[in-house]
Amino acid sequence: MTSPVALDPELETDAEPVKGEQKLEGRSPGQLMWQRFKRDRTGVICAVVVILYFVVSLAAPLLVKLSGTDPYTLYGQDPTYADKPILDQFGLPLGYFGGVSGDHWFGVEPQYGRDLFAMLVYGMRTSLFMALGVTVLLMVTGVIIGLIGGYFGGRTDYWIGRVTDFFLSFPQQLFFIAFMPVVTAFFVDPREETPTYFRALAMLIVLWLLGWMSMARLVRSTVLSLREREFVEAAKVSGASPGRIVRKEILPNVVTPILVQFTFQLPSTILTIAFLSFAGVGFVEPTPDWGRLFAAAANYTEQDPAFLFFPGLALVIFVLAFNLLGDSVRDAFDPKSGR
Amino acid sequence: MFQFIIRRTVGALVTLFLIGAATFFLFVAAPSDYASLACGKDCSPARLEDIRQALGLNLPIHQQFWDFMSGIVMGRDYPTGHCSAPCLGQSFYSGDMVWSTIMDRFPTTLTLTAGGAVVFVIVGVGAGMIAAYRRGTLIDKVATGVSMVLSSFQIYVLGPIVLLIFVYSTGWMDNPAYHPITEDPWTWFTGMLLPVLVMATIFTAQYTRMARSSMIEQLAEEHVRTARAKGMSNKYVFFRYAWRGSMIPIVTVLGIDISAMLGGAVVTEITFSLQGIGRLAVDGAVHKDLPLTMGVMLFGAFFILIVNILTDIAYAYIDPRVRLS
Repeated sequence: MTSPVALDPELETDAEPVKGEQKLEGRSPGQLMWQRFKRDRTGVICAVVVILYFVVSLAAPLLVKLSGTDPYTLYGQDPTYADKPILDQFGLPLGYFGGVSGDHWFGVEPQYGRDLFAMLVYGMRTSLFMALGVTVLLMVTGVIIGLIGGYFGGRTDYWIGRVTDFFLSFPQQLFFIAFMPVVTAFFVDPREETPTYFRALAMLIVLWLLGWMSMARLVRSTVLSLREREFVEAAKVSGASPGRIVRKEILPNVVTPILVQFTFQLPSTILTIAFLSFAGVGFVEPTPDWGRLFAAAANYTEQDPAFLFFPGLALVIFVLAFNLLGDSVRDAFDPKSGR
Repeated sequence: MFQFIIRRTVGALVTLFLIGAATFFLFVAAPSDYASLACGKDCSPARLEDIRQALGLNLPIHQQFWDFMSGIVMGRDYPTGHCSAPCLGQSFYSGDMVWSTIMDRFPTTLTLTAGGAVVFVIVGVGAGMIAAYRRGTLIDKVATGVSMVLSSFQIYVLGPIVLLIFVYSTGWMDNPAYHPITEDPWTWFTGMLLPVLVMATIFTAQYTRMARSSMIEQLAEEHVRTARAKGMSNKYVFFRYAWRGSMIPIVTVLGIDISAMLGGAVVTEITFSLQGIGRLAVDGAVHKDLPLTMGVMLFGAFFILIVNILTDIAYAYIDPRVRLS
């Protein structure tokens, strides 16, 4: 009766049909979490939606080929497409809802006549993968710093704590904005055109510098309580090296909070990247990027509000799905949290 | 209490100095020549030297840094005139004094912050409390659902939509703009109403979710259950026992949000074309204007540190178990 499975009657009915005699099966915490998560319908739907966004981003070149467009061609100005006018004399899209048609599924951009569908899927691709990279990097940094602080304690922990506090007192948004041009200037001469890769790299560095603190704090406090537990002491007594204790005894136990934090961190990183491009210091013309679409849409709102519709809807659904997914993951790991 | 404030203030000053130093040296370390940027394309060596002289770029870096930092405390003298005590230097780009530029822009940002904070404390926290009080009812479900959806919106998505509805297509309101409250409180109010409401809507939704879950957590606490068991009325338990404890996480987040917004509500200011501190930061970054960027960064960091201290004091008032030491 000590098995956690037996405490939850619903779980037993969910498990695979028991053959022959009743046998109590041991399940790892991971399996238990997975079972709880599968029962949460909202969570599963949101996970599917989020995965779909990543699939779309991954398949962006394919989808764009399917629609027969690309994110860079100025369909409104290029003479090759003169036989198919899409913009009127004021540079506004012809037709309904921002020029939605068989050729341009989500309509076109005013003035330039670029295809919104292509810009959106490529923009999502830029933002999502960039954010994935940044998030993984700052999670790893945070985990390492937190582990060191929490495990070694004492003076090490004190100084790591002070450094963390110092980084936390930077005005984050202002820092991002102020240091984008500075960090870019490390790589290229400010008077020259900055290649997109260097811009991405600069963003990565800036976001990484001010992003690791919350993770480090979380891991530190978890490790601090784990350090005093019996199984760690047992490992110590049996002569395990600090490296082994951290890897084999402590790390497996901090995976849960790390994963939960990850599902909250990723959308927030995506929004920060979008924010940088929106403020005009992130990606610039002509790189397709989600945030840049909003900056453009804000200028076109008065004449062509439809331009905001698709990127906006896509973003709202994405953030909503990710938030709900984060809640579900947390509930699955920690059934006590009970919303 | 007094000792606590002194100690934290000293700590805050040290941190401010370090932030200033970090900002300054990071900026200087990046290879960009302000003088030649300010001089333009065809620039004679003599003129370049003049500009260097005027900006103080011919001095060694530590001297420049010292001039900047001491200027904050003691003021500085420029060829164009004296810059009195909290002197954050002179903008490389526009030549204006940074401190007076910031003071010019600050009322806009302050209005946004104050207006926003009032809305999300009253509406946001209030709705969360009601939802927790009536947990499981229709009110709770509506409040949770609406706040979930609204918190997924972003200011740059909701802002243009609101502008489209209230300004562009119906003309019910004028384009948002800041008018000093001292001139005409009514135009000040109407001018800032839309930006404040849009910004507040998104934040409010987060506060509703947070207040609700924090309240529910508190209601499950043992001291609350004991109070119930003693036969105290629902309302009394709710407001006297659970409410206090549930305020702690909200005060934390409120402190973070307010200090961040005082340093510039960047997205709101850009979306509604308002000239606030956040806009100033973007200008400073775009023009690679070191004094302006330094000024805005220090200004923002100042609020973060002040609000941090205030938050800690607030904890002690809310929760008697917290000791300021």
